[in-house]
Amino acid sequence: MKPEAFHPLARLLHWLMAVLIVAMLFIGVSMVSDLSLRHPLLIELHKATGLALLVLVLLRIALRLTLPHPSLPRDLPTLQRLAAGASHLVLYALMLAMPLLGWAMLSAGGYPRPLQLPAIAPHDLQLYAVLRQAHGWAGYLLFATVVLHLGAALMHALVRRDGVLRSMWPGPLRRSD
Amino acid sequence: MNSPLYGPAKALRLAAIGAVMLAAGVGFAYAAGWIGAAKLTPQRIIDTFEAQAGHYPGYRKNHAKGLCVSGYFQASGQAASLSTARVFSQARVPVIGRFAIGGANPYAPDTAIPVRSLALQLSSDDGQVWRTGMNNPPVLAVSTPQAFYEQVLASTPDPATGKPDPARQQAFFAAHPESAAFRQWAASYKPSNSFASTQYHSINAFRLIDAAGAAQPVRWQLEPQTAFTALPGQVDDKLFLQHDLQQRLAQGPLRWTLRLVLAEPGDAVDDPASPWPAQRRSVDAGTLVLEQVDAAEQGACRDLNFDPLILPHGIEASADPILAARSAAYSESFNRRSRESLGTGARP
Repeated sequence: MKPEAFHPLARLLHWLMAVLIVAMLFIGVSMVSDLSLRHPLLIELHKATGLALLVLVLLRIALRLTLPHPSLPRDLPTLQRLAAGASHLVLYALMLAMPLLGWAMLSAGGYPRPLQLPAIAPHDLQLYAVLRQAHGWAGYLLFATVVLHLGAALMHALVRRDGVLRSMWPGPLRRSD
Repeated sequence: MNSPLYGPAKALRLAAIGAVMLAAGVGFAYAAGWIGAAKLTPQRIIDTFEAQAGHYPGYRKNHAKGLCVSGYFQASGQAASLSTARVFSQARVPVIGRFAIGGANPYAPDTAIPVRSLALQLSSDDGQVWRTGMNNPPVLAVSTPQAFYEQVLASTPDPATGKPDPARQQAFFAAHPESAAFRQWAASYKPSNSFASTQYHSINAFRLIDAAGAAQPVRWQLEPQTAFTALPGQVDDKLFLQHDLQQRLAQGPLRWTLRLVLAEPGDAVDDPASPWPAQRRSVDAGTLVLEQVDAAEQGACRDLNFDPLILPHGIEASADPILAARSAAYSESFNRRSRESLGTGARP
């Protein structure tokens, strides 16, 4: 039997990570063009939050694979069903890839890592160039996917008026009518 | 469950959802600086360096011409009470360094540029890394990134002479009285005939953190143990300083004393243009010993960004705005030359 809503732990993780990821995307894109005293603070915050998000996404993938989760509405057209599946795969892949790319690019650039984490890539300038650019482009793609995800959630809630947004609602759930 | 919407009600809600998504995109573009008022960015500073000196793929975008060196730092132990950084107590800390001359042109004659620099990475046995980029002037001419940018613009070479316009530089200095200490240094500066007999300064202030967590504002300098000899009036060798360094290191190691100069209350801790009084207490933190030099633009220093904010536990940044801007601009330079090494294979 599929539940009507996500497990409270899955919902807590979703909203916690949503706040952190949106904050990270804005911090990341603004810090690279900033040379004020905010710059070093934002860099430190970006690295620390990135590490926290890596731990959270591993936990989240484990929960996604073990806890039962609600199905999409039965009347959802096939195309939208496919789009939903694909966009969630992209979101999970990018949530995992972003912190790993960040860690790997610091390693390849010969930079110290937070908490003196070991290097996960060899110190190599050309590899750094590839990883640094991949981190940036993956960030833009993640932002675009998050905006689509937001639009789709609002479509479900305001236009289709089905139970999809409610299944991930952060507060207590109303009885469905 | 409510039934789906159709008609004008649906259109209105679709438009509202579109507006929310658009607003998110506009906010992101604003945060990125793609829209809104143009501000001074690390990209603009590096663009300006390249516009003035030329585009040299694969090279650092400032202090482009240099040599990698290596050796070690021998702590005296005298700074250990001021900072918990392991470098001040460890007997022998491995060092990678880079001597360079100022400017973005990697082919400039060594002795045509008054600014000389020494960048170091000290890697202590607790896994901590300290990078510091030091210059021969003890102060900068400016206190803020904006004024630094204006100084760079005022030094734009005149296409007719290939040299900065003196009138424009005069006007800049007149508009920036904070440059007095720098101008005084420049007027009295006697270049030595070697990187080895040059003194290098951290310029920006930092904070030493002791075991109790107390902070002591500090600037540091590397005082040469090699005797001063003036640079000859006429030098034909464009690699004069590099050749000199190679010859000296072939004969034996070169040494500097790392001196920590301690600020007192009221000293300008966050202003790199403002010198501290000469009688400030200082501590001999140890001896830098350089033993090896690599071939031009080869060696371990080449693929490092000597970001002055890469600091070990026990040393922290001051609130000097130039220090933050240096970190941001060095990162942009490092990113660009790494990309250039991909496209053209260009690695100096």
